[in-house]
Amino acid sequence: MRDVAIVGVGHSKFGNRFDVRIDELAWEAVSEALKDANLSAKDMEFLVVGCAGGWSAESLPAVLCSEYCGTLPKGSMRVEAACATSSAATAVAYNFVASGYVDLALAIGVEKMYESPTPVQIELIGRAGNYFWEFENFGMTFPGYYALHATGHMWKYGLKEEDLAEIAVKNHYYASMNPKAQFRKKITVDTVMQSRYIAWPLKLFDCCPLTDGSTALILASENKAKEITDTPVWINGIGASTGTGNLSKRDMFLKLEYSGLESAVEAAKQAYKRAGIDYNNAAKHFDVACVHDCFTIAELMAYEDLGFCKRGEGIKLIREKQTYNGGLIPVNIDGGLKAKGHPIGATGGSMMYSLTKQLRQEYGNLAGREAQATITKGRALAHNIGGTGHYAYVTILSLEKPHR
Amino acid sequence: MSDLGEIVKKSIKEQGLPLIEETKTKLPLYISVRELPLRFQFGTSKIQKFFEGLKEGKIYMTQCKKCGEKFFPPQADCPKCIESNMEWIQLSGEGELLTCTMIVVKPSTYTHYDNYIVGIAQMKEDVKVLAWLKIDTPEKIKPKMKVRLTTVRREPEGFITYEFVPI
Repeated sequence: MRDVAIVGVGHSKFGNRFDVRIDELAWEAVSEALKDANLSAKDMEFLVVGCAGGWSAESLPAVLCSEYCGTLPKGSMRVEAACATSSAATAVAYNFVASGYVDLALAIGVEKMYESPTPVQIELIGRAGNYFWEFENFGMTFPGYYALHATGHMWKYGLKEEDLAEIAVKNHYYASMNPKAQFRKKITVDTVMQSRYIAWPLKLFDCCPLTDGSTALILASENKAKEITDTPVWINGIGASTGTGNLSKRDMFLKLEYSGLESAVEAAKQAYKRAGIDYNNAAKHFDVACVHDCFTIAELMAYEDLGFCKRGEGIKLIREKQTYNGGLIPVNIDGGLKAKGHPIGATGGSMMYSLTKQLRQEYGNLAGREAQATITKGRALAHNIGGTGHYAYVTILSLEKPHR
Repeated sequence: MSDLGEIVKKSIKEQGLPLIEETKTKLPLYISVRELPLRFQFGTSKIQKFFEGLKEGKIYMTQCKKCGEKFFPPQADCPKCIESNMEWIQLSGEGELLTCTMIVVKPSTYTHYDNYIVGIAQMKEDVKVLAWLKIDTPEKIKPKMKVRLTTVRREPEGFITYEFVPI
């Protein structure tokens, strides 16, 4: 296997994007990435397009994006891993380059959710489990699945709704600085607490929005990367895991001994092993992390699943503001899914866009100095979950080449 | 959905195209003329006994006769043994509530129901089940509270399913 680096990144404005079609939206991110790497579309040797789809009209987004972005006749495919789709697309592109099949691959993440009305989107995301046993007769929703975890955590560890509100406050605070974010307004704990219930105990402001958006990452082999840039951001480890379709089959969180996602723990351990990181003291190895906060409870679970703190101590990290910039480990200081937005198929790409900019110390140019993490370890982590721990991808980015 | 259908008709009549101005953003939108109704169908042959059981008021799980692995939802194949030799076991219905939520914002096909509570319970037979919890006083829900799993007709459709009730 060869070493692989990210040499160009692009990110569309997130939000309700009624102004563009899916291919036009992808081009926003691809054009930025091509300029960032000083390459042309014709240089791309393979395209992997992450798009969960279902709510949008186009059935073959990889073809549409290839044509619009000018990469024809290069090979392409579409990849799906629910909300972890673009991390999966990046993993596929990584392997195309690492294996020596190509030297340059383009991983696109794109989603046009607002092509369908909101209740239809809620319906389709609610079906993202084990359809017959969770949706057909019981009408589960995506907030509902995570609410089951929130209730479990409250019963086990004494988590309060106000604690979850603090996570929303943090992520809206940082989204207010991110020009690409869907929500640019700061909120308070009261804003969250006074919002209506969506799926008890989760309220409107515990939930990420529905989002249109796109991202693009250009992945290069070592020789190619060194031709293109002085600051390649290396992929040091990818961990991937799959959880049961049916939440009732998740042993660990349901025994009330544990409230987390087994797949996330497994993915983290795999990625850490590849990057030589100790799970029990993981936070000290990273300058900054983007974790999957589709709901506030999901960010709390991520702290524990990633080994940033012990099981049940995630509450402490929130209460002590240890995940703000300057704390033990800055988490989601680009606004997270919660406030930056969550275009299902582009979310992992968005994490890696932010983290690449952070490691290159360019994020401050985009969002202001307060949102630029101090880079001393040269390492960052993306934790991207599909469904409710149905898919888990953890990707470790570094300024240093992987140690073998 | 049908609202959009009316809008399409009206726009075509007025201007010859299904073009509208989106309410919030004021951006021009083309509303597809084609509406796609979806209703899926799936085979039940391998677990037909589960559905026959529901008709008799019984809820079944399966257990692999070779390795003893228990399955709910029931399944006919054991991936560990690569065998399909299952025993069908009727659940006693006794369980303890492990977690729950109340769904307030509902999917488009669920809007005709009142808010509903979905719970997961640990059953006496060492499997876990997800179902609605019918309880008049949600504030009385407690961790590990005793519940009974029972078959029920879901109204207004009248089909048979199963739900938890407090004991």
